[in-house]
Amino acid sequence: MKKPIAGGAGSVAGLEVALPHPRATQPQRLTRFLENERALAAILLAPTVLILGTFIAYPFIMGVWLSLSSTSVGNVGEFVGFKNFAKAWNDSIFRTAFGNTFYYTFWATIFKLTLGMWLALLLNRHFRGKRIVRASMLLPFIVPTVLSTFAWRWMFDPTFSVLNWLLYKGGLITTKLPFLSDGVYGMWCAITVNTWRGMPFFAITLLAGLQTINPDLHEAASLDGANGWKRFWHVTWPLLKPVTVVVVVFSVIQTFSDFQLIYVLTGGGPANSTHLLATYAYQVGVATGLLGEGAAISLFMLPVLFVVVWLQLRYLRRMEGA
Amino acid sequence: MAQVMMKDLNKKYDEVHAVKDVNLHIRDKEFMVLVGPSGCGKSTTLRMVAGLEEITSGEISIGDRVVNDLPPKDRDIAMVFQNYALYPHMTVYDNMAFGLKMRKFPKVEIQKRVQDAAEILGIQELLKRKPRQLSGGQRQRVAVGRAIVRHPQVFLFDEPLSNLDAKLRVQMRVELKRLHERLETTAIYVTHDQVEAMTLGDRVVVMKDGWIQQVGEPLELYGRPANKFVAGFIGSPSMNFVDVKVADANGALWAETQGIRVKVPPIHTSRLVPYKGQQVTMGVRPEDLHPASGSDPREYCFDAVVDVVEPLGSEILLDLRVGNNTIVARVEPTNRVKVHESTRLALTPDRAHFFDLKTELAI
Repeated sequence: MKKPIAGGAGSVAGLEVALPHPRATQPQRLTRFLENERALAAILLAPTVLILGTFIAYPFIMGVWLSLSSTSVGNVGEFVGFKNFAKAWNDSIFRTAFGNTFYYTFWATIFKLTLGMWLALLLNRHFRGKRIVRASMLLPFIVPTVLSTFAWRWMFDPTFSVLNWLLYKGGLITTKLPFLSDGVYGMWCAITVNTWRGMPFFAITLLAGLQTINPDLHEAASLDGANGWKRFWHVTWPLLKPVTVVVVVFSVIQTFSDFQLIYVLTGGGPANSTHLLATYAYQVGVATGLLGEGAAISLFMLPVLFVVVWLQLRYLRRMEGA
Repeated sequence: MAQVMMKDLNKKYDEVHAVKDVNLHIRDKEFMVLVGPSGCGKSTTLRMVAGLEEITSGEISIGDRVVNDLPPKDRDIAMVFQNYALYPHMTVYDNMAFGLKMRKFPKVEIQKRVQDAAEILGIQELLKRKPRQLSGGQRQRVAVGRAIVRHPQVFLFDEPLSNLDAKLRVQMRVELKRLHERLETTAIYVTHDQVEAMTLGDRVVVMKDGWIQQVGEPLELYGRPANKFVAGFIGSPSMNFVDVKVADANGALWAETQGIRVKVPPIHTSRLVPYKGQQVTMGVRPEDLHPASGSDPREYCFDAVVDVVEPLGSEILLDLRVGNNTIVARVEPTNRVKVHESTRLALTPDRAHFFDLKTELAI
């Protein structure tokens, strides 16, 4: 007979109690399974892969497929090669939208960067009510774009524009400005609203960057004989560059693929003169129902954004290596 | 080369009066050290000289110019910061050249001055590196180099060694002293380390709570502290303080407290007469106590019980209990006393100090 196990009195019953409880084996197996790093990694990664696959990879692949097909609403369509891309390229509205997208992105980013930097430098100083100002500055950023853009549209309204009224009453203009009824004005209105909306993001991010710069460096520079502007140029700006590059790239990506703002403010009008790639793609693909052509138009954004991201990554790698 | 004068200097922040009526004359070519615990106003004083803090009231002049309203860059000073404040994106060379570039020096002159400074500091090989590729000591040298290339009238040092490890600190201390002898430029040096203050300063200013406590040469501060604070601050381990009663007996004055009854040394007698029957604070440095031998007069001896023995190699520190007081004595490394043993100590009579109990001023 086996030796009695501690606690057991040597009887059969005592031996039984000392054995692992049958139910206790299950958690043990689970533990062993979880201790396998590969299995655990797979389990932990699964949700992410699932979400990214469903919401990014699938739509992207679907978009690429659509752009190569003649699919339209109610018609499955067939593979047509690059026909959709060629058609878009020969479309004058597409060319306007394509140019507009660059124009809009370029100027909006320039203004957001300059004003955001200026605001960040101001907010980096000490003054009474600093916290309230910093917090309230984020308002344009947190109000839903559609909502704020509606407000702006009202301000640019051909008949009831409060801006026209102010300028007129102030004696600065004699006839009303065609804010949204002229293509050029319309584009600049959109750039203005985009700047207004995106500036806080720049300001907050740059402010965070500014606060990592040791104030002693500014003091050292001022003792070294650098005035305010030179201190900015020789000390602040070089140290802020990595943050700036990241913000600018984020902003370029968002602005380049902007949709809501134009959709609400001008709807691409007047006479399709303020379309961006995203709004035109929507117009062709969804409103008109030519899904293939719409997908092709929106895919024109891909190479541009790809280059931007690549440049950013290259810059950041170099910064890390230096 | 220039002297620095501070007249009735005050600095008030919203609620804090950081610097109070500071009057100080720093002579040409002098190495002046401001020392004190944190928050004593020493750094603020230095920053006011630099022009980094506004002056609330009073006057600062460098050379024969009042600089109150001059921006930092026009004061002809250079400063070394505690955390070095090197421009992280510039090479060592550019860091040192920056001030000269801003002042539009010709390129050849810049190159010459940077090379010279690099040679003095032994950092010629580092000129092409970025600050983050340097060790703490090397960064410190670059920071000093950045200051000396400008040939300023006054050097300002704001705790420049406190970020270095102990060994390097001692080494840099010596180098700074040598550098000062070589450059012969007026220097104001802020530190909280009294050893640095004593070893570097031609004269030392001890500050506390915004007030100057005493100005003097290192040994003067050590030998004749103006008050209890200076007495306790200068010297390590710090001075022992025991509250004693001044008693008159057998035609002499005696300092008495529980466990101690020593005669007031003759040099103090006349000054302590008015305190007869009152309490005063007696101060004796650990190095002025020694194990009593037959040759020590009995009236300067007392018994104490050893609490802790701290052998340091070159000396032994004894923490002792006398009545309700704890005192420290610094004795020869050959001493063989043990914990809990009673031992007889003698004090060096003319090295005892007495302080008024209320004003804490030296008597």
